[in-house]
Amino acid sequence: MQSDAKKSPSAPSTKTRFWHDPAKRALVFQILLVLGVFAVLWFIVQNTLHNLESRGITTGFAFLSQEAGFGIIQSLVEYSESSSYGQTFLVGLLNTILVSALGIFFATVLGFIIGVARLSNNWLVAKLASAYVEIFRNIPLLLQIFFWYFAVLRALPSPRQSFQPFDNVFLNVRGLFMPQPMPQQGFELVWWALLIAIAGSVVLARWSKKRQDATGQLFPVYKTALALIIGLPLIVFWLSGSPLTWDEPALRGFNFRGGMTIIPELAALLVALSIYTAAFIAEIVRSGIQAVSKGQTEAASALGLSKAKVLRLVVIPQSVRVIIPPLTSQYLNLIKNSSLATAIGYPDLVSVFAGTTLNQTGQAIEVIFMTMLVYLTLSLLVSAFMNWFNTRMALVER
Amino acid sequence: MSNLSKVRHDMLPNLPPPASSVGVIGWMRANLFSNITNSVLTLFALYLLYILLTPTISWVFINSDWTGSSRDACTSGGACWVFVANRFDQFMYGFYPEAEIWRINLTFLLLVAQVLWLMLPNLPYKGMVAAVVLLVFPILAYFLLYGGSFGLEVVETHKWGGLSLTLVLAIVGIVAALPFGVLLALGRRSEMPIVKSFCVVYIEFWRGIPLITVLFMASVMLPLFVPEEMNFDKLLRAMIGIVMFQSAYMAEVVRGGLQAIPKGQYEAAQALGLNYWKMMVFVVLPQALKLMIPGIVNTFIALFKDTSLVLIIGLFDLLAIVQAGLTDPKWLGFSVEGYAFVAFVFWVFCFGMSKYSQHLENRFHTGHGSR
Repeated sequence: MQSDAKKSPSAPSTKTRFWHDPAKRALVFQILLVLGVFAVLWFIVQNTLHNLESRGITTGFAFLSQEAGFGIIQSLVEYSESSSYGQTFLVGLLNTILVSALGIFFATVLGFIIGVARLSNNWLVAKLASAYVEIFRNIPLLLQIFFWYFAVLRALPSPRQSFQPFDNVFLNVRGLFMPQPMPQQGFELVWWALLIAIAGSVVLARWSKKRQDATGQLFPVYKTALALIIGLPLIVFWLSGSPLTWDEPALRGFNFRGGMTIIPELAALLVALSIYTAAFIAEIVRSGIQAVSKGQTEAASALGLSKAKVLRLVVIPQSVRVIIPPLTSQYLNLIKNSSLATAIGYPDLVSVFAGTTLNQTGQAIEVIFMTMLVYLTLSLLVSAFMNWFNTRMALVER
Repeated sequence: MSNLSKVRHDMLPNLPPPASSVGVIGWMRANLFSNITNSVLTLFALYLLYILLTPTISWVFINSDWTGSSRDACTSGGACWVFVANRFDQFMYGFYPEAEIWRINLTFLLLVAQVLWLMLPNLPYKGMVAAVVLLVFPILAYFLLYGGSFGLEVVETHKWGGLSLTLVLAIVGIVAALPFGVLLALGRRSEMPIVKSFCVVYIEFWRGIPLITVLFMASVMLPLFVPEEMNFDKLLRAMIGIVMFQSAYMAEVVRGGLQAIPKGQYEAAQALGLNYWKMMVFVVLPQALKLMIPGIVNTFIALFKDTSLVLIIGLFDLLAIVQAGLTDPKWLGFSVEGYAFVAFVFWVFCFGMSKYSQHLENRFHTGHGSR
């Protein structure tokens, strides 16, 4: 600073030098930055083209229509070894979405339970919940996946000595085998009934809110809606003559055929993802609930609300606003972490596309580019949805 | 009149509180058995603890074998820690030549000494020690670990492994990502639109993709990006990927620290006539860095756990080397022991660091009272 003071001219000139004008300096700096970035990109592109040429790899997305020639152990759409790499991509994408969606569901449920348990009056329950959080969030997820897959699920008996917890449900080293419901002719009516019941519940909720605003009378919306959503499809199901049969798994040769299968890779990944993420969600839920000031709870109890109603009507709506932003980033983490599937061979996007497809075709640039694009898109979609949900929640605030 | 009154003049001594509300019994009534639901929950939790802990404790401690040289020593039916004990050196140092292991030990001893110096309050010259850790130590560590000069034998990186590799990856990732993170965060808060948008795109891109794809990219695409003559080491490629990935996360931590500095500090610095870099280096960053330390420790924990992913591109970190040891035909069937050991090591590190970061957060909670 002292040197600055010495340097500063005694008679300030009105005309500043070019590099003393912040606006011009910023412009020059930014132009240099753009040039620098483009130079680096150009260097990379040139090298890549040269390297690809010398290795005899043709660029482009034509490989997507070539025959893949490898099987995938779990697929939500029709897939066989003669399918194309494009279909491989689709299968991997759907498997990623499947495990992420299931993981988000279970992690949220478990996380909320643990988070609430950490605030329990019961000392033992609270300590157990915090032990859960401290144990599972401090162990790498990949290790947990390995543990569930190699140490737990690999130790299950062979198909012939399967555990049989229920009739027609078999648990063995090849997975969990369950009867699969096969809708017959006329089952569409049940779907329609379900749709009508959901629409009816929405209408009912609106009506009851309007009535409560006008008269103050409460209507048991949740119970009625639950009865409607479960009851109506059931009644329609009975009336239409139970149009449903079960495809039961049966032991043929060395493995079970028929029915529904949960492969051990999916189970291990799902268990590990849910348990790991639930530990983080529990912390978020705990801090969210603690962020609601005590006066709110006390005021609500002073109004004579029951403990459940204090939670449901006062505490949770306020804590949800604190919870949603960090919860969103946990969901995004879970989606990204589902890519660890490749370590145990669950056929997710990274495993079948950035793994097998890349190795077979050598199209590294295109494959990695598409994989990254998928994760970016999924992240953006989830963020957009959670932001929408957040604004909806924030509207409650005055 | 007064002698007719039946008013007591001296107070009776206070009765002790009811026995059911003090001491152990009172505490239990209040915290474990306050009502029926709580009592049921307590009993259920006790039962859960019983069925979880008794087999675990007997497996880990009572029925376990600790000494021996082969699997035949494991006869008690519990955990076979012989497996871990026999391969302990490998789990720590990988395939590093046995005669050179002192170099790893010395490196980490130096690091621990410096970090302890920084962590313990009331020690002088903290700024200098921090500068040594960030600038001098990495070079020293490179020469110690890799060798090649000062009469030290070269140890190729494919011989590195185990916990030391995990630590090297995590520490390099954090230390090298710090300057990039600071630059990116400053760029993101800059008023120059092009600089800002570059930084936002960079940060959001790396934060939106999983580390696995980054590692895949580093191992498959990086060799394509550079001239053929430049041949990267596998470890170096992984490090480049991790640093690029981590600097995006670091940038967000730094941004959080910068945002916590009140505007008055910036304005005061500008009023003193400091230019942008002087304002940042002398006024804003020193204050912000203090606030950032807990966040940096938290990202370090996340990175430390994530380094286990390098096994997918074929580097032998702690988890990978245990995983490889499990497939050794001489030691088949000890996967639980192996995983339990790795879990214990990771847990001790991560739990310790997270407690330290919480402690710092509480200590730093004094600054600008805005929070």
